[in-house]
Amino acid sequence: MIVYILNVIIMALGLYCLIAKRHIIKKIIGMVLIEYSMNLFLILIGYRINGLAPILLPEMNRVQFSQYGVDPLPQALVLTSIVIGLGTLALMAAYAMKLYEKYRTFDMSEIRRLRG
Amino acid sequence: MALFIVILILMIAGSVVAVEIKNMLSAVIAAGIVGFGVSVMFLFLKAPDIAITQVIVEVLSLIILIRITTNADNEAIEKKIDNFANIVGLIFVGLFVAFCFWAFVDMTAFGTPIMRVSQHYLSAGLEETGAANMVAAVILDYRAYDTLGEAVVIFTSILGAFVILRSRGKKKLTEKDMEKVGIPE
Repeated sequence: MIVYILNVIIMALGLYCLIAKRHIIKKIIGMVLIEYSMNLFLILIGYRINGLAPILLPEMNRVQFSQYGVDPLPQALVLTSIVIGLGTLALMAAYAMKLYEKYRTFDMSEIRRLRG
Repeated sequence: MALFIVILILMIAGSVVAVEIKNMLSAVIAAGIVGFGVSVMFLFLKAPDIAITQVIVEVLSLIILIRITTNADNEAIEKKIDNFANIVGLIFVGLFVAFCFWAFVDMTAFGTPIMRVSQHYLSAGLEETGAANMVAAVILDYRAYDTLGEAVVIFTSILGAFVILRSRGKKKLTEKDMEKVGIPE
């Protein structure tokens, strides 16, 4: 339980950064922190004490493998989620660069004049 | 368990630096501490596939973030403190942490997962799919449509980034094109 709470602290820091900061790169960093902590949380849920990695080796006992193997399902879904995170980060970075080219600033309160 | 707590405290320190420091390049590097810490955690949590993927993705995202940071002049913009945004942020974060604590009370303890579906994957995955790596069996056989949707999402986001970053839509007209169309000088 202490591991879960420490993990949620990282996510809370990312949420605070996303809401309260005005710099666009700070907002992107907050988004990235939330993403990392959520991926880590899903893997933490699937962990077993004294677990084995879910890869079957030839000399391995099948019964022991199914008793002690960690959960492969969150690992597979987090694998897709990490790569999607890279794609959305590239999209956010592209928007930030375009905004800087147009307004010459990263301050969100300066970019409020979004018209025409 | 103690190892996990040590790495998580290091990651919390890195994220505090990333949130609060004024210099943007330092903030990006501090976010990199969190990413590589997550990768080490994956390795100790018996998830080697994800650890490899996380290292590669972290390197690429650091390159992207440093690119947009060094693009701009690096001045601090926090001239006046926005009290309203700080208060709203703290209220939301407090509500979120309280809700998480309330939800963690009902969860099973760390290290004893509920594995109703995954137990079948572990015990019968080799016969049903022929893959020795159960993660590969899940993403390529049991949940292959999910992987297809993921590929669509990545394709769309990279296409969007490409379209936004393209500075000129078409190539400029040359003199030869002018003559061909017949526009007078």
